[in-house]
Amino acid sequence: MASASALSAHAPARSFRLARPALVVGIGILIFWVVVALTVEFWAPYEPLKIVSRKLQPPSFSHWLGTDALGRDVLIRTFYGAQYSLTIAVIVVAASVTIGSVVGALSGFFGGWPDSILMRLVDITLSFPPVLLAMSIAASLGPGVQNTAIAIVVVWWPVYARLMRGQVLDVLSRDHIEAAVAGGASRTRLLLKHILPLSWTPTIISATMDFGQVVLLAASLSFIGLGAKPPTPEWGSMISEGAAHFYSWWIAFGPGLAILSIGLGCNFIGDTLRDMLDPKDE
Amino acid sequence: MTSDKPLLEVVDLRVSLNRGVDVVRGVSFNVHAKKVVSIVGESGSGKSMTVRAVMGLPPPLASLSGSIKLNGEELVGASERRLRRLRGSKIGMIFQDPMTALNPVIRVGDLIAEAVRLHNPRMSAKQAMQRAIELLETVAVPQPDVRVRQYSHEFSGGMRQRVMIAMAIANNPDVLIADEPTTALDVTVQAQIIEVLSNLRQMFPVGLVLITHDLGIVAGVADTVVVMYAGKVVETGPVRAIFRGSRHPYTRGLLSCLPSIEQKAGKLVPIPGNPPSLSARPSGCPFRPRCPMARDICSTEEPELRTVDDIETACHFAEELRTFDTSAFQTTAGSA
Amino acid sequence: MLTYIIRRLLAMPFLLLGVASLAFCLSHLTQADPLAALVSERQMNNPEVIAAAKERWGLDKSLPEQFVIYVTNLVSGDLGVSFRTRRPVLTDISERLPATLELVIAAMIVGTSSGILLGIVAARFRDKPIDYLARFFALFGSTIPVFWSGLLLLYILSVQFSLIPGPGRFDPRGQPPPFVTGMYTVDALIAGDFRGFLTALHYLVLPAFVLGWSVTGILARLVRASMLDVLGQDYILAARAKGAGERRTLFRHALPNAMIPTLTIIGYSFAYLITGAVLTESVFAWPGIGSYAVDSARTLDYPAIIGVSLVGASAFLLSNLVTDVTYAFANPRIKLS
Repeated sequence: MASASALSAHAPARSFRLARPALVVGIGILIFWVVVALTVEFWAPYEPLKIVSRKLQPPSFSHWLGTDALGRDVLIRTFYGAQYSLTIAVIVVAASVTIGSVVGALSGFFGGWPDSILMRLVDITLSFPPVLLAMSIAASLGPGVQNTAIAIVVVWWPVYARLMRGQVLDVLSRDHIEAAVAGGASRTRLLLKHILPLSWTPTIISATMDFGQVVLLAASLSFIGLGAKPPTPEWGSMISEGAAHFYSWWIAFGPGLAILSIGLGCNFIGDTLRDMLDPKDE
Repeated sequence: MTSDKPLLEVVDLRVSLNRGVDVVRGVSFNVHAKKVVSIVGESGSGKSMTVRAVMGLPPPLASLSGSIKLNGEELVGASERRLRRLRGSKIGMIFQDPMTALNPVIRVGDLIAEAVRLHNPRMSAKQAMQRAIELLETVAVPQPDVRVRQYSHEFSGGMRQRVMIAMAIANNPDVLIADEPTTALDVTVQAQIIEVLSNLRQMFPVGLVLITHDLGIVAGVADTVVVMYAGKVVETGPVRAIFRGSRHPYTRGLLSCLPSIEQKAGKLVPIPGNPPSLSARPSGCPFRPRCPMARDICSTEEPELRTVDDIETACHFAEELRTFDTSAFQTTAGSA
Repeated sequence: MLTYIIRRLLAMPFLLLGVASLAFCLSHLTQADPLAALVSERQMNNPEVIAAAKERWGLDKSLPEQFVIYVTNLVSGDLGVSFRTRRPVLTDISERLPATLELVIAAMIVGTSSGILLGIVAARFRDKPIDYLARFFALFGSTIPVFWSGLLLLYILSVQFSLIPGPGRFDPRGQPPPFVTGMYTVDALIAGDFRGFLTALHYLVLPAFVLGWSVTGILARLVRASMLDVLGQDYILAARAKGAGERRTLFRHALPNAMIPTLTIIGYSFAYLITGAVLTESVFAWPGIGSYAVDSARTLDYPAIIGVSLVGASAFLLSNLVTDVTYAFANPRIKLS
């Protein structure tokens, strides 16, 4: 009783500590998949395309997640799938953040008619349901991993543009910026030294959360048949194969769990980051 | 007229939060019909916590001890069901900020009618609305039949506080608690609200508990004063006796800007230093670090309330204070 | 208020025009010959048909002129002809629209009611095990791939436990109710066919849950946060001081206030539902616009894909408008300027 009340005497500190396990779990999940993606070639007993057993075998000791319609090991294919999904997600998020931030920051900082036009473009892009737009673009460009990535970037960059623009406008309205202007800072210096350092936080949080969403969207496109082509061990297309062999549930199980775990991990990290970086909470 | 039996009797009330912090440490006072008891103290003195305990609405996980008797019925340890019956019917409460204490999405008339019907379930909605209109009339809201259909954001601050009062007196409660009812209002409106509250006593035999910072209000309407500091009552007595001859340096400090009650009172002047934090209370007398006349005994023994003349005071030097010069505070303040 | 609605309505055509131009750009991005998007393969050797198509879509004219023609055709409801079904895209879409609407509405009902309920429970029992459980369930909803959860749940509930019929919309041996709205559950009720209603509902339950789960996740988190905020307000204490009981305080005094910020999200979550419907429908073989879009994408049926995108975007814009207007009505404090 006494120790309990002593613990709870520092309520803010306690909630901070409670938030930590989520961060640790989230980072743990992501590190696991990154390590798997980078090293799987060196320790995996089979090639992802190797036929190792009879087809459609349920999980067993020799093949933990069973075998697929061609007799390939589902677990090993799931591990190899991390290579595709993580690569796409990293490229897409990096490209979207870069394009979006630059456009948003410049647009918000300089204003005027380019700002209006860019923001209308953002509005229009964001008024498409993301999967539908990505689907249309990917279909227009033709199937393939590269085109999937391009399609997702087109769908995703406006989110960051809007976010960054809002932040820049917010920071611009603060007092110390006026002070810097009064102090004779040049416009470039103002943007680089005074505004951007104060504007990146929401973008970082959002990008962390979105990483999981991008993995999901890329997998969705593959599931539809617009991303990676079938023999490739990509999670979305593996689930699609699972759907085709509905009674062999294990084919889809691993890849789906992988997508889910990355989504959860990103959410854990993003939530914790938001609590830590956002002074408004508490 | 003083009835012999108090409506509300609070004896040795203690409230501790779940963090093990004692916010109210043995508070006692009585409220009689048609009388006004004023609780005075700085923020953090435990006065709001005291009245929330009386309402049976302490913060979650807080623990209560002592005794609160309403018309002789013990409230400490009473069932939530019973407390709910009493809240709003026998005991009402008015909040500090009428901007935040009225639900923004419910029409004002419905808020008041709800207060009526919660305790008169057989009354029809129409009758309750009629009663709401009467109540708004009682608290002098113009055009009550129109106003009942409006939302709180369509009211001015003073009018909102009148709505609050109408809600609290909907069932002619025996005891009405007003937690700093004028603090959030414009100066010009404050007097009107106090007048409305004070006039209630002519309509039904209500006992008022008035929490306030404003000593002018205390001087104007209170019958009894309870001064709280660090969760304890440090001085209590009839309003005249306290204003004429307080025996506690803290009360003296609060009063130091009031040369006499005959002159129109001003606001509370700050006493140098801050009230002690709840978790790190000083040893002995909690007022010691800020007291201009603290001596050795003050750091070892916490003074208990004792009667000196008409007043009960918790100071080791209550007797000497007859001649104490409050200007000592100004000097300390100047040098600080 | 009225001027606000009018202004928003006036802005709609411009946004739709923007959407159309994006669609126009997309249709010109396609690697295929734009003619292929308009004329079926078999007709490609027929110079008359080609000339007619060229004239109708102005393919021999300059790009801006083509754009004008494109928009004019859109306005008159001409979205082109599907490669795959060889029928006008608009006909295909309008035939499949009721199925999608039924699914989305059902998912909306499941998602909002469970999301709000979970949020209230989580806020009421803050930091208790039930709170963590509710939050975890909600988090799952917003991260789980619907095409995976749908597949697994269908396998477990249909194959393992036979609680749910297989994929599809109605018992293949039975006769769907006569057409009124095209939504089987509603039509069955209109026809007074209670058995048919139950059958349709039986098929609808799982896809609606799978699709609605994402909305549950979003809403539960939001309602929880906003309930916690509201429960700390003075007017809640004032309600208790009046003698209001726990349930009354929670539902009459706290919930309506907590719902105001949530309302916007309910409207915007429509976008998630359209997105999710595409994938959910294809898992459950639900004959709606979503599975039409997926089948079109798989076969690179450009006119169909772009038509579906256009319809989706319009629905999305419209739902946002409705949301904003509802929000304005629900919050008595708001003054629209």
